[in-house]
Amino acid sequence: MTSSGGEISKSQSEGQAGDTERWASLIGGGAMVLSGLRQRSLRGALMALAGGGLVYQGVTKQSTVQQAQDALGVNKPIKVEKTVTINKPAAELYRFWHDFENLPTFMKHLKSVRVDSDKRSHWEATAPLGSSVEWNADILEDRENEFISWASVEGADIENSGFVRFSKAPGDRGTEVKVVLEYHPPGGLLAAGFAKVFGEAPEQQVGDDLRRFKMLMEAGEIATTEGQPKGG
Amino acid sequence: MKAVCWYGANDVRVETVPDPKILNPRDAIIKITSTAICGSDLHIYGGYIPTVQKGDIIGHEFMGEVIEVGGGVHNLQVGDRVVVPSTIGCGHCNYCQRDMWSLCDNSIPEGWIEEKLFGNITSAIYGYSHAFGGYAGAQAEYIRVPFADVGVVKVPKDLPDEMLLFISDAIPTGYMGAELCDIQPGDTVAVWGCGAVGQFAMISAYMMGAEKVIAIDRFPDRLQLAKDFAKAEVINYEEVDAGEALKEMTGGRGPDACIDAVGLEAHGVGFEDAYDQTKQKLRLETDRPHVLRQMMVACRKGGTLSIMGVYGGFVDKMPMGAAFNKGLTFRMGQMHGQKYMHLLLQKILDGELDPSKVVTHQLPLDQAPHAYDIFQQKKDNCIKVVLKP
Repeated sequence: MTSSGGEISKSQSEGQAGDTERWASLIGGGAMVLSGLRQRSLRGALMALAGGGLVYQGVTKQSTVQQAQDALGVNKPIKVEKTVTINKPAAELYRFWHDFENLPTFMKHLKSVRVDSDKRSHWEATAPLGSSVEWNADILEDRENEFISWASVEGADIENSGFVRFSKAPGDRGTEVKVVLEYHPPGGLLAAGFAKVFGEAPEQQVGDDLRRFKMLMEAGEIATTEGQPKGG
Repeated sequence: MKAVCWYGANDVRVETVPDPKILNPRDAIIKITSTAICGSDLHIYGGYIPTVQKGDIIGHEFMGEVIEVGGGVHNLQVGDRVVVPSTIGCGHCNYCQRDMWSLCDNSIPEGWIEEKLFGNITSAIYGYSHAFGGYAGAQAEYIRVPFADVGVVKVPKDLPDEMLLFISDAIPTGYMGAELCDIQPGDTVAVWGCGAVGQFAMISAYMMGAEKVIAIDRFPDRLQLAKDFAKAEVINYEEVDAGEALKEMTGGRGPDACIDAVGLEAHGVGFEDAYDQTKQKLRLETDRPHVLRQMMVACRKGGTLSIMGVYGGFVDKMPMGAAFNKGLTFRMGQMHGQKYMHLLLQKILDGELDPSKVVTHQLPLDQAPHAYDIFQQKKDNCIKVVLKP
């Protein structure tokens, strides 16, 4: 699967440093992240933050078909930003999230996650018609009790990247948990079509996942009515 | 088990359905001994509440006996007699911890529905549509109670159900309605609606130090109950203009606080009523705000409106000019059952109130369709129906 993109190289150092600072403040503390990153690739920003000048090599556009698709917005990545406040200390939430094998307990679309090393994990998610999609991901940056960012590595069924940020909520409200994700839907699906195929709009899916995370952390269980009695 | 299931406007049926099961560790299963029909059930019965599905079990005011507990419940035993508040709170979110249980973040499984409608998610309510959690309701033989470790109050075995049942909903709703008025010595409180909630609001207002309580309704038997049970002065708004009467009864000032114990199916008079009824039938307006409009105009300057009647959607033509220029305070919400249930139980045990006086009808669960009919039509002097499964 190809992805559109360019090269970010060390030689653009001044512009790069300025950009990195801006992304650092957006991603690290910004109330709204995506509005500042609208034109940029989230993966690129996260890698620049993590490595301070890491080189990300995407495949440059070759074919006119690809260029035409880009013009139609067919290859546009889907970006989602959602925040929730959880009445627990950041350390507790970070600890649970950091063990990625816990994520399927509240992320409905994830079948399983296998942690292979400090950096590498293998993910499997549900796809239409009972099939699944898989990818390997690497942790890009990991700041204890504060921030975890990750990106899929080459060969992913769905190219994706993202971060979760834990920051103290005002007063005694607990912790604000922000998730920002970017992914490239397979087969050039438009975002709207994605919802039809996967059953949920991406924003709703992430929102629902975060709500379930909050339920699990605060109430100890995820609210359900599945299996309850009904007439008819 | 038998359960009352909704099938459309004015169509409820008693059907045989599977028994509820423990689904989560903090659940308990209750065998229901008494369950009431609430005025807000009538909004579901009348088809005014969206996202109710055919076959849904309805009802949310109930009590009974614990017959099973999940592995995460350590403060309840099989055999305990309990009253259960209608709103479902997890006990651990910021709202529950601040005693705002009807604002719980965590009890609705598909929160996105309500978030789309209202901007945020509030607590689930038993048997009150899928927007409010889609939980199977209480007009049934058994019910599953989530977060049972925080969601029930244990009650003594030696009092009849009718003395305790309304701790589930009608009394805390009335009590909270009075509390939101911030009653000061010398205050006059006007209560629109003489159903069970209104009656308990009036009694609570006196408990909190109101000097005068005025009850407004159009049904003579309900007004009589307000006089006898709640010791209120009464206005029949079909005989006199309520706003003018209130002025005359309060030295020309207007009541200091106004409680809405009526909600979205308010019955107006004349042109105003025709306007709202028409708009509602055409689905241009979902709620009929007669009581709200009256309260905004009748309340004294700088006074408080306490809104406990249920609203679900949109209202039209509100006199915001009156409210703004008069500097009114609006307070409202679904009742926080878990906040009040212990203190209300104590008041009943201390003899401060006898809630059983509001019960006019006791019927077997099988007769639920008839019970809904007489309650909605106010036939046979029906004020409050208790169903026995």
